[in-house]
Amino acid sequence: MTDAILSIRGLRKAYASGTEALKAVDLDIRRGEIFALLGPNGAGKTTLINIVCGIVTPSGGTVLVDGKDHLEDYRHARSRIGLVPQELTTDAFESVLSTVTFSRGLFGKRRDPAKIETLLKRLSLWDKRKAKMMELSGGMKRRVMIAKALSHEPDILFLDEPTAGVDVELRRDMWDIVRKLKSDGTTIILTTHYIEEAEEMADRVGVISRGELIAAEDKHVLMQKLGRKTLKLTLAEPMAEIPGELAEWNLELEDEGHILCYRFDTNAEKTGVPSLLRRVSDLGIGFKDLSTRQSSLEDIFVGLVHEERAK
Amino acid sequence: MTNGGFNGEGVYAIYRFEMARALRTLWQSLVTPVITTALYFVVFGAAIGSRMTDMDGISFGAFIVPGLTLLSVFMQSIFNASFGIYFPKFTGTIYELLSAPISSLETVLAYVGAAVTKSMVLALVTLATATLFVDVRVEHPLLMLMFLFLITTAFCLLGFVIGIWAQNFEQLQIIPMLIVTPLTFLGGAFYSISALAEPWRTVTLFNPVVYLISGFRWTFFGVADVPVWASVAVMLAIIAACLTAIIWVFRTGYRLKQ
Ligand SMILES: Nc1ncnc2c1ncn2[C@@H]1O[C@H](COP(=O)(O)OP(=O)(O)O)[C@@H](O)[C@H]1O
Ligand SMILES: [Mg+2]
Repeated sequence: MTDAILSIRGLRKAYASGTEALKAVDLDIRRGEIFALLGPNGAGKTTLINIVCGIVTPSGGTVLVDGKDHLEDYRHARSRIGLVPQELTTDAFESVLSTVTFSRGLFGKRRDPAKIETLLKRLSLWDKRKAKMMELSGGMKRRVMIAKALSHEPDILFLDEPTAGVDVELRRDMWDIVRKLKSDGTTIILTTHYIEEAEEMADRVGVISRGELIAAEDKHVLMQKLGRKTLKLTLAEPMAEIPGELAEWNLELEDEGHILCYRFDTNAEKTGVPSLLRRVSDLGIGFKDLSTRQSSLEDIFVGLVHEERAK
Repeated sequence: MTNGGFNGEGVYAIYRFEMARALRTLWQSLVTPVITTALYFVVFGAAIGSRMTDMDGISFGAFIVPGLTLLSVFMQSIFNASFGIYFPKFTGTIYELLSAPISSLETVLAYVGAAVTKSMVLALVTLATATLFVDVRVEHPLLMLMFLFLITTAFCLLGFVIGIWAQNFEQLQIIPMLIVTPLTFLGGAFYSISALAEPWRTVTLFNPVVYLISGFRWTFFGVADVPVWASVAVMLAIIAACLTAIIWVFRTGYRLKQ
Protein backbone atom coordinates (compact mmCIF):
# COMPACT_ATOMS: atom_id res chain seq x y z
CA MET A 1 0.00 0.00 0.00
CA THR A 2 1.70 3.14 -1.17
CA ASP A 3 -0.68 5.82 -0.08
CA ALA A 4 -1.89 4.58 3.29
CA ILE A 5 -2.23 7.38 5.81
CA LEU A 6 -2.98 4.80 8.46
CA SER A 7 -1.54 1.33 8.47
CA ILE A 8 -2.64 -1.23 11.05
CA ARG A 9 -0.91 -4.59 11.36
CA GLY A 10 -1.76 -7.53 13.58
CA LEU A 11 -3.60 -5.31 16.05
CA ARG A 12 -4.85 -7.26 19.05
CA LYS A 13 -6.62 -6.32 22.24
CA ALA A 14 -7.58 -8.49 25.18
CA TYR A 15 -9.17 -6.49 27.99
CA ALA A 16 -8.31 -7.21 31.59
CA SER A 17 -11.68 -8.96 31.86
CA GLY A 18 -10.42 -11.51 29.32
CA THR A 19 -12.58 -10.29 26.43
CA GLU A 20 -10.74 -10.61 23.16
CA ALA A 21 -11.99 -7.44 21.52
CA LEU A 22 -9.62 -7.51 18.55
CA LYS A 23 -7.95 -10.53 16.98
CA ALA A 24 -5.01 -9.56 14.77
CA VAL A 25 -6.60 -6.89 12.60
CA ASP A 26 -4.81 -5.67 9.46
CA LEU A 27 -6.16 -2.56 7.82
CA ASP A 28 -4.92 0.23 5.58
CA ILE A 29 -6.72 3.52 5.29
CA ARG A 30 -6.06 5.52 2.16
CA ARG A 31 -5.29 9.19 2.22
CA GLY A 32 -8.39 11.29 1.72
CA GLU A 33 -10.98 8.53 1.74
CA ILE A 34 -14.09 8.04 3.81
CA PHE A 35 -13.85 4.63 5.39
CA ALA A 36 -16.81 3.09 7.18
CA LEU A 37 -16.22 0.42 9.77
CA LEU A 38 -19.40 -1.60 9.83
CA GLY A 39 -20.24 -4.10 12.53
CA PRO A 40 -22.76 -5.01 15.20
CA ASN A 41 -22.48 -3.87 18.80
CA GLY A 42 -19.52 -5.37 20.56
CA ALA A 43 -17.65 -6.11 17.33
CA GLY A 44 -14.60 -4.12 18.40
CA LYS A 45 -15.07 -0.88 16.45
CA THR A 46 -14.59 1.44 19.42
CA THR A 47 -11.66 -0.61 20.67
CA LEU A 48 -9.94 -0.24 17.29
CA ILE A 49 -10.47 3.51 17.21
CA ASN A 50 -9.44 3.99 20.82
CA ILE A 51 -6.19 2.13 20.27
CA VAL A 52 -5.29 4.27 17.30
CA CYS A 53 -6.11 7.42 19.29
CA GLY A 54 -4.04 6.38 22.31
CA ILE A 55 -6.90 5.80 24.75
CA VAL A 56 -6.60 2.03 24.93
CA THR A 57 -3.30 0.17 25.10
CA PRO A 58 -2.99 -2.55 22.46
CA SER A 59 -2.06 -6.10 23.46
CA GLY A 60 -0.10 -6.53 20.25
CA GLY A 61 0.46 -5.27 16.75
CA THR A 62 1.44 -1.92 15.27
CA VAL A 63 -0.23 1.23 14.04
CA LEU A 64 1.57 3.57 11.67
CA VAL A 65 0.23 7.07 11.17
CA ASP A 66 1.70 8.43 7.98
CA GLY A 67 4.53 5.97 8.30
CA LYS A 68 5.38 6.65 11.95
CA ASP A 69 4.63 4.43 14.91
CA HIS A 70 1.70 5.80 16.88
CA LEU A 71 3.27 5.04 20.27
CA GLU A 72 6.91 5.90 19.65
CA ASP A 73 6.02 9.03 17.70
CA TYR A 74 2.85 9.78 19.61
CA ARG A 75 3.13 13.54 19.25
CA HIS A 76 3.29 13.26 15.49
CA ALA A 77 0.44 10.77 15.36
CA ARG A 78 -1.89 12.47 17.79
CA SER A 79 -1.47 16.00 16.51
CA ARG A 80 -2.75 14.74 13.17
CA ILE A 81 -5.75 12.85 14.50
CA GLY A 82 -9.09 14.17 15.71
CA LEU A 83 -11.58 11.99 17.57
CA VAL A 84 -15.30 12.31 18.14
CA PRO A 85 -15.99 9.54 20.64
CA GLN A 86 -19.13 7.47 20.83
CA GLU A 87 -20.23 8.84 24.20
CA LEU A 88 -21.21 12.47 24.62
CA THR A 89 -18.79 13.51 27.33
CA THR A 90 -18.37 17.21 27.88
CA ASP A 91 -17.47 19.64 30.61
CA ALA A 92 -20.91 20.77 31.72
CA PHE A 93 -19.84 24.18 33.00
CA GLU A 94 -17.67 25.21 30.08
CA SER A 95 -18.95 27.41 27.28
CA VAL A 96 -18.86 26.20 23.70
CA LEU A 97 -16.21 28.73 22.76
CA SER A 98 -13.94 27.99 25.72
CA THR A 99 -14.13 24.21 25.36
CA VAL A 100 -13.27 24.35 21.66
CA THR A 101 -10.46 26.84 22.31
CA PHE A 102 -9.20 24.52 25.04
CA SER A 103 -9.05 21.58 22.63
CA ARG A 104 -6.99 23.50 20.11
CA GLY A 105 -4.48 24.46 22.79
CA LEU A 106 -4.36 20.96 24.25
CA PHE A 107 -3.35 19.65 20.85
CA GLY A 108 -0.45 22.09 20.73
CA LYS A 109 -1.82 24.65 18.29
CA ARG A 110 -1.34 28.35 18.77
CA ARG A 111 -4.48 30.27 19.75
CA ASP A 112 -6.34 31.49 16.71
CA PRO A 113 -9.74 33.05 17.45
CA ALA A 114 -10.42 33.62 13.75
CA LYS A 115 -10.01 29.91 12.96
CA ILE A 116 -12.24 28.93 15.85
CA GLU A 117 -14.86 31.40 14.68
CA THR A 118 -14.81 29.96 11.16
CA LEU A 119 -15.09 26.44 12.56
CA LEU A 120 -18.01 27.28 14.86
CA LYS A 121 -19.85 29.07 12.08
CA ARG A 122 -19.37 26.13 9.78
CA LEU A 123 -20.95 23.84 12.36
CA SER A 124 -23.77 26.32 13.06
CA LEU A 125 -22.49 26.79 16.59
CA TRP A 126 -21.47 30.43 16.49
CA ASP A 127 -24.78 31.68 17.92
CA LYS A 128 -24.38 29.25 20.78
CA ARG A 129 -20.75 30.06 21.53
CA LYS A 130 -21.52 31.49 24.94
CA ALA A 131 -23.89 28.73 25.98
CA LYS A 132 -22.70 26.30 28.63
CA MET A 133 -22.40 22.70 27.51
CA MET A 134 -25.09 21.57 29.95
CA GLU A 135 -27.59 23.90 28.29
CA LEU A 136 -27.22 22.23 24.90
CA SER A 137 -29.31 19.46 23.36
CA GLY A 138 -27.71 16.12 22.54
CA GLY A 139 -27.42 17.00 18.86
CA MET A 140 -25.76 20.31 19.65
CA LYS A 141 -23.35 18.61 22.02
CA ARG A 142 -22.32 16.27 19.27
CA ARG A 143 -21.65 19.23 17.01
CA VAL A 144 -19.45 20.74 19.72
CA MET A 145 -17.58 17.46 20.01
CA ILE A 146 -16.98 17.56 16.28
CA ALA A 147 -15.76 21.15 16.60
CA LYS A 148 -13.40 20.08 19.40
CA ALA A 149 -12.07 17.24 17.28
CA LEU A 150 -11.49 19.58 14.33
CA SER A 151 -10.09 22.48 16.34
CA HIS A 152 -6.48 21.49 15.74
CA GLU A 153 -7.02 20.94 12.00
CA PRO A 154 -6.35 17.19 11.92
CA ASP A 155 -5.69 15.24 8.73
CA ILE A 156 -7.54 12.21 10.04
CA LEU A 157 -10.92 12.35 11.72
CA PHE A 158 -12.48 9.47 13.61
CA LEU A 159 -16.23 9.53 14.10
CA ASP A 160 -17.39 6.76 16.40
CA GLU A 161 -21.08 6.12 15.72
CA PRO A 162 -21.71 9.72 14.72
CA THR A 163 -25.41 9.21 14.08
CA ALA A 164 -26.35 7.10 17.08
CA GLY A 165 -29.27 8.80 18.78
CA VAL A 166 -29.26 11.68 16.34
CA ASP A 167 -32.39 12.98 14.61
CA VAL A 168 -32.83 12.88 10.84
CA GLU A 169 -32.00 16.52 10.31
CA LEU A 170 -28.78 16.43 12.24
CA ARG A 171 -27.86 13.22 10.49
CA ARG A 172 -28.19 14.96 7.15
CA ASP A 173 -26.13 17.91 8.42
CA MET A 174 -23.55 15.48 9.70
CA TRP A 175 -23.14 13.95 6.28
CA ASP A 176 -22.83 17.39 4.71
CA ILE A 177 -20.06 18.18 7.18
CA VAL A 178 -18.32 14.92 6.43
CA ARG A 179 -18.48 15.50 2.68
CA LYS A 180 -17.10 19.01 3.08
CA LEU A 181 -14.25 17.72 5.20
CA LYS A 182 -13.45 15.12 2.61
CA SER A 183 -13.34 17.74 -0.12
CA ASP A 184 -10.82 19.63 2.03
CA GLY A 185 -8.65 16.52 2.01
CA THR A 186 -9.41 15.13 5.46
CA THR A 187 -9.36 11.37 5.79
CA ILE A 188 -12.45 10.17 7.66
CA ILE A 189 -13.02 6.92 9.46
CA LEU A 190 -16.46 6.37 10.87
CA THR A 191 -18.19 3.46 12.54
CA THR A 192 -21.77 2.45 12.20
CA HIS A 193 -24.02 -0.53 12.46
CA TYR A 194 -26.30 0.59 9.66
CA ILE A 195 -25.52 -0.78 6.22
CA GLU A 196 -27.41 2.10 4.62
CA GLU A 197 -25.20 4.60 6.35
CA ALA A 198 -22.02 2.93 5.20
CA GLU A 199 -23.46 2.71 1.71
CA GLU A 200 -24.45 6.34 1.58
CA MET A 201 -21.28 7.84 2.96
CA ALA A 202 -18.23 5.72 2.46
CA ASP A 203 -15.77 5.15 -0.34
CA ARG A 204 -14.70 1.90 1.22
CA VAL A 205 -16.29 -0.28 3.84
CA GLY A 206 -14.72 -2.63 6.36
CA VAL A 207 -16.86 -5.25 8.01
CA ILE A 208 -15.89 -6.23 11.51
CA SER A 209 -17.40 -8.98 13.60
CA ARG A 210 -16.23 -10.39 16.91
CA GLY A 211 -12.89 -8.67 16.70
CA GLU A 212 -12.13 -9.85 13.18
CA LEU A 213 -12.08 -7.72 10.09
CA ILE A 214 -13.84 -10.02 7.67
CA ALA A 215 -13.87 -7.72 4.67
CA ALA A 216 -12.49 -4.34 3.64
CA GLU A 217 -13.42 -3.38 0.15
CA ASP A 218 -14.61 -0.75 -2.18
CA LYS A 219 -18.18 0.10 -1.28
CA HIS A 220 -19.67 -1.03 -4.58
CA VAL A 221 -17.92 -4.37 -4.50
CA LEU A 222 -19.01 -5.00 -0.95
CA MET A 223 -22.57 -3.86 -1.50
CA GLN A 224 -22.88 -6.45 -4.25
CA LYS A 225 -21.68 -9.06 -1.85
CA LEU A 226 -24.13 -7.76 0.68
CA GLY A 227 -27.01 -7.61 -1.79
CA ARG A 228 -28.64 -10.73 -0.51
CA LYS A 229 -32.29 -11.27 0.08
CA THR A 230 -34.37 -13.92 1.70
CA LEU A 231 -37.56 -15.25 0.10
CA LYS A 232 -40.05 -16.77 2.52
CA LEU A 233 -42.96 -18.92 1.52
CA THR A 234 -45.61 -19.46 4.17
CA LEU A 235 -46.89 -22.96 3.41
CA ALA A 236 -50.52 -24.07 3.40
CA GLU A 237 -49.49 -27.36 5.01
CA PRO A 238 -46.45 -27.75 7.21
CA MET A 239 -43.65 -29.76 5.65
CA ALA A 240 -41.60 -32.39 7.48
CA GLU A 241 -38.63 -32.27 5.14
CA ILE A 242 -37.62 -30.60 1.93
CA PRO A 243 -38.38 -32.74 -1.13
CA GLY A 244 -35.38 -33.90 -3.16
CA GLU A 245 -36.72 -32.06 -6.20
CA LEU A 246 -35.94 -28.76 -4.44
CA ALA A 247 -32.42 -29.70 -3.40
CA GLU A 248 -30.65 -27.43 -5.88
CA TRP A 249 -31.96 -24.28 -4.15
CA ASN A 250 -30.49 -25.08 -0.73
CA LEU A 251 -33.72 -24.27 1.05
CA GLU A 252 -34.30 -24.20 4.75
CA LEU A 253 -37.37 -24.86 6.81
CA GLU A 254 -38.38 -22.51 9.59
CA ASP A 255 -41.15 -22.27 12.12
CA GLU A 256 -41.61 -26.04 12.45
CA GLY A 257 -42.02 -26.57 8.73
CA HIS A 258 -44.48 -23.76 8.15
CA ILE A 259 -42.03 -21.51 6.32
CA LEU A 260 -39.75 -22.32 3.44
CA CYS A 261 -36.73 -19.99 3.15
CA TYR A 262 -34.59 -19.27 0.14
CA ARG A 263 -31.56 -16.99 0.32
CA PHE A 264 -30.51 -15.46 -2.96
CA ASP A 265 -28.29 -12.85 -4.46
CA THR A 266 -30.12 -9.94 -6.08
CA ASN A 267 -27.09 -9.16 -8.21
CA ALA A 268 -26.76 -12.62 -9.69
CA GLU A 269 -27.66 -13.12 -13.31
CA LYS A 270 -30.20 -15.72 -12.33
CA THR A 271 -31.70 -15.31 -8.90
CA GLY A 272 -33.39 -18.68 -9.09
CA VAL A 273 -36.65 -17.25 -7.83
CA PRO A 274 -38.90 -17.80 -10.88
CA SER A 275 -37.63 -21.34 -11.41
CA LEU A 276 -38.11 -22.15 -7.73
CA LEU A 277 -41.70 -20.89 -7.75
CA ARG A 278 -42.42 -22.88 -10.92
CA ARG A 279 -41.00 -26.07 -9.37
CA VAL A 280 -42.96 -25.50 -6.16
CA SER A 281 -46.24 -25.20 -8.02
CA ASP A 282 -45.35 -28.19 -10.24
CA LEU A 283 -44.95 -30.22 -7.06
CA GLY A 284 -48.36 -29.07 -5.91
CA ILE A 285 -47.01 -27.38 -2.76
CA GLY A 286 -49.48 -24.75 -1.72
CA PHE A 287 -48.47 -21.50 -0.06
CA LYS A 288 -50.52 -18.76 1.56
CA ASP A 289 -48.04 -15.95 1.51
CA LEU A 290 -44.77 -14.89 -0.02
CA SER A 291 -42.31 -12.24 1.10
CA THR A 292 -38.80 -11.15 0.37
CA ARG A 293 -36.60 -8.99 2.53
CA GLN A 294 -33.09 -7.60 2.58
CA SER A 295 -30.82 -9.83 4.59
CA SER A 296 -30.09 -8.27 7.95
CA LEU A 297 -26.60 -7.29 8.92
CA GLU A 298 -26.46 -10.35 11.13
CA ASP A 299 -27.35 -12.60 8.17
CA ILE A 300 -24.64 -10.96 6.14
CA PHE A 301 -22.04 -11.45 8.81
CA VAL A 302 -22.99 -15.07 9.05
CA GLY A 303 -22.69 -15.31 5.29
CA LEU A 304 -19.33 -13.58 5.18
CA VAL A 305 -17.95 -15.60 8.05
CA HIS A 306 -19.02 -18.82 6.27
CA GLU A 307 -17.34 -17.64 3.11
CA GLU A 308 -14.21 -16.79 5.05
CA ARG A 309 -14.12 -20.25 6.63
CA ALA A 310 -14.79 -21.97 3.32
CA LYS A 311 -11.72 -20.37 1.74
CA MET B 1 3.33 21.20 17.53
CA THR B 2 4.67 24.73 17.45
CA ASN B 3 7.97 23.72 19.00
CA GLY B 4 8.88 20.09 18.38
CA GLY B 5 9.88 19.16 21.90
CA PHE B 6 7.44 20.75 24.27
CA ASN B 7 3.67 21.22 24.05
CA GLY B 8 3.57 24.59 25.80
CA GLU B 9 0.18 25.45 24.33
CA GLY B 10 -1.23 22.25 25.78
CA VAL B 11 0.18 22.93 29.23
CA TYR B 12 -1.17 26.45 29.13
CA ALA B 13 -4.61 25.25 28.00
CA ILE B 14 -4.93 22.85 30.95
CA TYR B 15 -3.53 25.42 33.37
CA ARG B 16 -6.06 28.03 32.25
CA PHE B 17 -8.87 25.50 32.40
CA GLU B 18 -7.99 24.58 35.97
CA MET B 19 -7.63 28.19 37.07
CA ALA B 20 -10.98 29.05 35.48
CA ARG B 21 -12.55 26.21 37.45
CA ALA B 22 -11.12 27.59 40.68
CA LEU B 23 -12.43 31.07 39.94
CA ARG B 24 -15.86 29.65 39.22
CA THR B 25 -15.83 27.92 42.59
CA LEU B 26 -14.08 30.66 44.53
CA TRP B 27 -16.13 30.08 47.67
CA GLN B 28 -15.15 26.48 47.81
CA SER B 29 -11.56 26.88 46.72
CA LEU B 30 -10.61 29.99 48.71
CA VAL B 31 -13.22 31.68 50.86
CA THR B 32 -14.40 28.67 52.87
CA PRO B 33 -10.93 27.31 53.76
CA VAL B 34 -9.70 30.79 54.72
CA ILE B 35 -12.70 31.38 56.99
CA THR B 36 -12.32 27.95 58.59
CA THR B 37 -8.67 28.55 59.41
CA ALA B 38 -9.40 32.11 60.52
CA LEU B 39 -11.80 30.71 63.13
CA TYR B 40 -8.87 28.95 64.82
CA PHE B 41 -6.95 32.22 64.83
CA VAL B 42 -9.90 34.01 66.41
CA VAL B 43 -10.39 31.37 69.10
CA PHE B 44 -6.77 30.54 69.94
CA GLY B 45 -5.28 33.91 69.13
CA ALA B 46 -7.67 36.67 70.02
CA ALA B 47 -10.06 34.90 72.42
CA ILE B 48 -8.22 32.43 74.64
CA GLY B 49 -4.67 32.85 73.35
CA SER B 50 -3.65 35.02 76.29
CA ARG B 51 -4.50 32.21 78.72
CA MET B 52 -2.30 29.65 76.94
CA THR B 53 1.36 29.37 77.83
CA ASP B 54 3.91 30.53 75.32
CA MET B 55 5.59 27.92 73.10
CA ASP B 56 9.34 28.27 72.60
CA GLY B 57 8.95 31.85 73.75
CA ILE B 58 6.32 32.66 71.13
CA SER B 59 2.75 33.61 72.01
CA PHE B 60 0.44 30.65 71.45
CA GLY B 61 -1.75 32.53 68.97
CA ALA B 62 1.22 33.23 66.73
CA PHE B 63 2.80 29.83 67.28
CA ILE B 64 -0.09 27.94 65.72
CA VAL B 65 -0.32 30.11 62.58
CA PRO B 66 2.24 28.24 60.42
CA GLY B 67 0.90 24.80 61.37
CA LEU B 68 -2.75 25.67 60.82
CA THR B 69 -1.96 27.39 57.55
CA LEU B 70 -0.21 24.23 56.45
CA LEU B 71 -3.15 22.06 57.51
CA SER B 72 -5.36 24.06 55.20
CA VAL B 73 -2.71 23.96 52.48
CA PHE B 74 -2.35 20.16 52.78
CA MET B 75 -6.08 19.60 52.47
CA GLN B 76 -6.70 22.04 49.65
CA SER B 77 -3.63 20.92 47.70
CA ILE B 78 -4.80 17.34 47.81
CA PHE B 79 -8.42 18.22 47.00
CA ASN B 80 -7.50 20.55 44.17
CA ALA B 81 -4.97 18.37 42.46
CA SER B 82 -6.89 15.13 42.95
CA PHE B 83 -10.16 16.62 41.72
CA GLY B 84 -8.47 18.14 38.67
CA ILE B 85 -7.51 14.72 37.30
CA TYR B 86 -10.27 12.65 38.93
CA PHE B 87 -13.12 14.63 37.44
CA PRO B 88 -12.28 14.07 33.76
CA LYS B 89 -11.86 10.41 34.61
CA PHE B 90 -15.29 10.46 36.22
CA THR B 91 -17.10 12.30 33.41
CA GLY B 92 -15.19 10.62 30.60
CA THR B 93 -13.67 13.81 29.20
CA ILE B 94 -10.26 12.30 29.91
CA TYR B 95 -10.48 10.76 26.44
CA GLU B 96 -9.34 14.09 25.10
CA LEU B 97 -6.31 14.29 27.35
CA LEU B 98 -5.32 10.72 26.53
CA SER B 99 -5.62 11.34 22.80
CA ALA B 100 -3.72 14.63 22.86
CA PRO B 101 -0.06 15.05 21.88
CA ILE B 102 0.94 15.89 25.43
CA SER B 103 3.53 14.02 27.49
CA SER B 104 2.93 12.78 31.01
CA LEU B 105 5.39 15.30 32.37
CA GLU B 106 3.57 18.14 30.62
CA THR B 107 0.26 16.86 31.96
CA VAL B 108 1.62 16.81 35.51
CA LEU B 109 3.20 20.21 35.07
CA ALA B 110 -0.13 21.69 33.97
CA TYR B 111 -2.40 20.11 36.59
CA VAL B 112 0.04 20.31 39.48
CA GLY B 113 1.19 23.77 38.41
CA ALA B 114 -2.38 25.04 38.59
CA ALA B 115 -2.98 23.34 41.93
CA VAL B 116 0.25 24.79 43.35
CA THR B 117 -0.75 28.27 42.22
CA LYS B 118 -4.11 27.92 43.99
CA SER B 119 -2.51 26.58 47.16
CA MET B 120 0.07 29.36 47.26
CA VAL B 121 -2.67 31.96 46.91
CA LEU B 122 -4.67 30.23 49.63
CA ALA B 123 -1.67 30.12 51.97
CA LEU B 124 -0.82 33.77 51.47
CA VAL B 125 -4.42 34.90 51.93
CA THR B 126 -4.67 32.75 55.06
CA LEU B 127 -1.48 34.24 56.48
CA ALA B 128 -2.68 37.75 55.66
CA THR B 129 -5.94 37.01 57.45
CA ALA B 130 -4.01 35.71 60.45
CA THR B 131 -2.33 39.08 60.91
CA LEU B 132 -5.76 40.56 61.58
CA PHE B 133 -6.14 38.48 64.74
CA VAL B 134 -2.67 37.64 66.00
CA ASP B 135 0.73 39.18 65.95
CA VAL B 136 2.83 37.18 63.45
CA ARG B 137 6.23 38.03 62.12
CA VAL B 138 8.15 36.33 59.34
CA GLU B 139 11.85 36.20 59.97
CA HIS B 140 12.86 34.73 56.61
CA PRO B 141 10.21 35.78 54.06
CA LEU B 142 12.04 34.44 51.03
CA LEU B 143 12.72 31.08 52.65
CA MET B 144 9.11 31.02 53.84
CA LEU B 145 7.95 31.31 50.22
CA MET B 146 10.39 28.63 49.13
CA PHE B 147 9.23 26.26 51.86
CA LEU B 148 5.64 26.97 50.96
CA PHE B 149 6.35 26.29 47.31
CA LEU B 150 8.04 22.94 48.02
CA ILE B 151 5.33 21.86 50.46
CA THR B 152 2.46 22.75 48.12
CA THR B 153 4.28 21.00 45.27
CA ALA B 154 4.68 17.87 47.39
CA PHE B 155 1.01 17.77 48.40
CA CYS B 156 -0.32 18.69 44.97
CA LEU B 157 1.72 15.81 43.52
CA LEU B 158 0.30 13.57 46.22
CA GLY B 159 -3.18 14.82 45.34
CA PHE B 160 -2.58 14.06 41.67
CA VAL B 161 -1.60 10.49 42.55
CA ILE B 162 -4.71 10.13 44.70
CA GLY B 163 -6.88 11.50 41.89
CA ILE B 164 -5.57 8.84 39.53
CA TRP B 165 -5.90 6.09 42.11
CA ALA B 166 -9.39 6.99 43.32
CA GLN B 167 -12.33 5.22 41.73
CA ASN B 168 -15.07 7.06 43.58
CA PHE B 169 -15.58 10.25 45.54
CA GLU B 170 -15.20 8.48 48.84
CA GLN B 171 -11.70 7.29 48.05
CA LEU B 172 -10.91 10.83 46.99
CA GLN B 173 -11.55 12.04 50.52
CA ILE B 174 -10.17 9.14 52.53
CA ILE B 175 -6.49 10.07 52.54
CA PRO B 176 -6.86 13.76 53.39
CA MET B 177 -9.44 13.04 56.09
CA LEU B 178 -8.07 9.86 57.58
CA ILE B 179 -4.36 10.35 57.24
CA VAL B 180 -3.33 13.94 56.61
CA THR B 181 -5.55 15.62 59.22
CA PRO B 182 -4.51 13.35 62.12
CA LEU B 183 -0.86 13.51 61.12
CA THR B 184 -1.07 17.29 61.13
CA PHE B 185 -2.82 17.55 64.50
CA LEU B 186 -0.30 15.11 65.97
CA GLY B 187 2.53 16.68 64.03
CA GLY B 188 3.01 19.73 66.16
CA ALA B 189 0.49 22.13 64.66
CA PHE B 190 -0.54 23.13 68.19
CA TYR B 191 2.57 22.38 70.21
CA SER B 192 6.30 22.07 70.08
CA ILE B 193 7.24 18.39 70.14
CA SER B 194 9.95 19.17 72.66
CA ALA B 195 7.04 19.56 75.07
CA LEU B 196 6.19 15.88 74.63
CA ALA B 197 7.34 13.16 77.02
CA GLU B 198 9.12 10.06 75.81
CA PRO B 199 8.30 7.73 74.10
CA TRP B 200 5.86 10.03 72.29
CA ARG B 201 8.57 12.40 71.30
CA THR B 202 10.47 9.67 69.44
CA VAL B 203 7.31 8.20 67.96
CA THR B 204 6.34 11.62 66.66
CA LEU B 205 9.60 11.86 64.75
CA PHE B 206 8.27 9.17 62.38
CA ASN B 207 5.53 11.55 61.32
CA PRO B 208 6.75 13.34 58.18
CA VAL B 209 4.38 16.25 58.80
CA VAL B 210 6.43 17.17 61.91
CA TYR B 211 9.33 18.05 59.65
CA LEU B 212 7.20 20.15 57.34
CA ILE B 213 5.58 22.16 60.14
CA SER B 214 8.84 22.57 62.02
CA GLY B 215 10.68 23.83 58.97
CA PHE B 216 7.90 26.15 57.94
CA ARG B 217 7.58 27.54 61.46
CA TRP B 218 11.33 28.11 61.55
CA THR B 219 11.02 30.54 58.62
CA PHE B 220 8.63 32.57 60.80
CA PHE B 221 10.20 32.51 64.25
CA GLY B 222 13.66 31.07 63.81
CA VAL B 223 12.96 28.14 66.15
CA ALA B 224 12.61 24.55 65.03
CA ASP B 225 11.88 21.12 66.54
CA VAL B 226 14.06 19.31 64.06
CA PRO B 227 17.06 20.47 62.00
CA VAL B 228 16.07 22.59 59.01
CA TRP B 229 18.02 20.35 56.65
CA ALA B 230 15.87 17.41 57.78
CA SER B 231 12.75 19.39 56.90
CA VAL B 232 14.10 20.11 53.43
CA ALA B 233 15.05 16.44 53.00
CA VAL B 234 11.54 15.27 53.90
CA MET B 235 9.94 17.69 51.46
CA LEU B 236 12.20 16.56 48.66
CA ALA B 237 11.60 12.91 49.55
CA ILE B 238 7.82 13.35 49.32
CA ILE B 239 8.18 15.10 45.97
CA ALA B 240 10.49 12.37 44.67
CA ALA B 241 8.18 9.57 45.86
CA CYS B 242 5.12 11.16 44.25
CA LEU B 243 6.95 11.84 40.99
CA THR B 244 8.10 8.22 40.87
CA ALA B 245 4.54 7.03 41.40
CA ILE B 246 3.24 9.34 38.68
CA ILE B 247 5.88 8.28 36.17
CA TRP B 248 5.01 4.65 36.87
CA VAL B 249 1.29 5.38 36.43
CA PHE B 250 1.81 6.97 33.05
CA ARG B 251 4.20 4.24 31.90
CA THR B 252 1.76 1.49 32.72
CA GLY B 253 -1.48 3.33 32.04
CA TYR B 254 -2.62 2.29 35.53
CA ARG B 255 -6.26 3.32 36.08
CA LEU B 256 -6.12 5.72 33.17
CA LYS B 257 -6.15 3.43 30.16
CA GLN B 258 -7.64 0.00 29.58
N1 LIG C 1 -13.23 -1.44 29.04
C1 LIG C 1 -13.57 -2.67 28.69
N2 LIG C 1 -13.33 -3.70 29.51
C2 LIG C 1 -13.68 -4.95 29.17
N3 LIG C 1 -14.29 -5.28 28.02
C3 LIG C 1 -14.55 -4.29 27.14
C4 LIG C 1 -14.22 -2.94 27.43
N4 LIG C 1 -14.60 -2.17 26.39
C5 LIG C 1 -15.15 -3.01 25.49
N5 LIG C 1 -15.13 -4.29 25.94
C6 LIG C 1 -15.61 -5.47 25.22
O1 LIG C 1 -14.90 -5.58 24.01
C7 LIG C 1 -15.76 -5.93 22.95
C8 LIG C 1 -15.70 -4.88 21.87
O2 LIG C 1 -16.27 -3.69 22.35
P1 LIG C 1 -16.31 -2.36 21.49
O3 LIG C 1 -14.97 -2.11 20.91
O4 LIG C 1 -16.87 -1.29 22.34
O5 LIG C 1 -17.33 -2.74 20.33
P2 LIG C 1 -18.20 -1.83 19.36
O6 LIG C 1 -17.67 -0.44 19.43
O7 LIG C 1 -18.01 -2.45 18.02
O8 LIG C 1 -19.60 -1.91 19.82
C9 LIG C 1 -17.13 -6.11 23.57
O9 LIG C 1 -17.29 -7.48 23.84
C10 LIG C 1 -17.07 -5.32 24.83
O10 LIG C 1 -17.91 -5.87 25.81
MG1 LIG D 1 -18.65 1.27 19.91
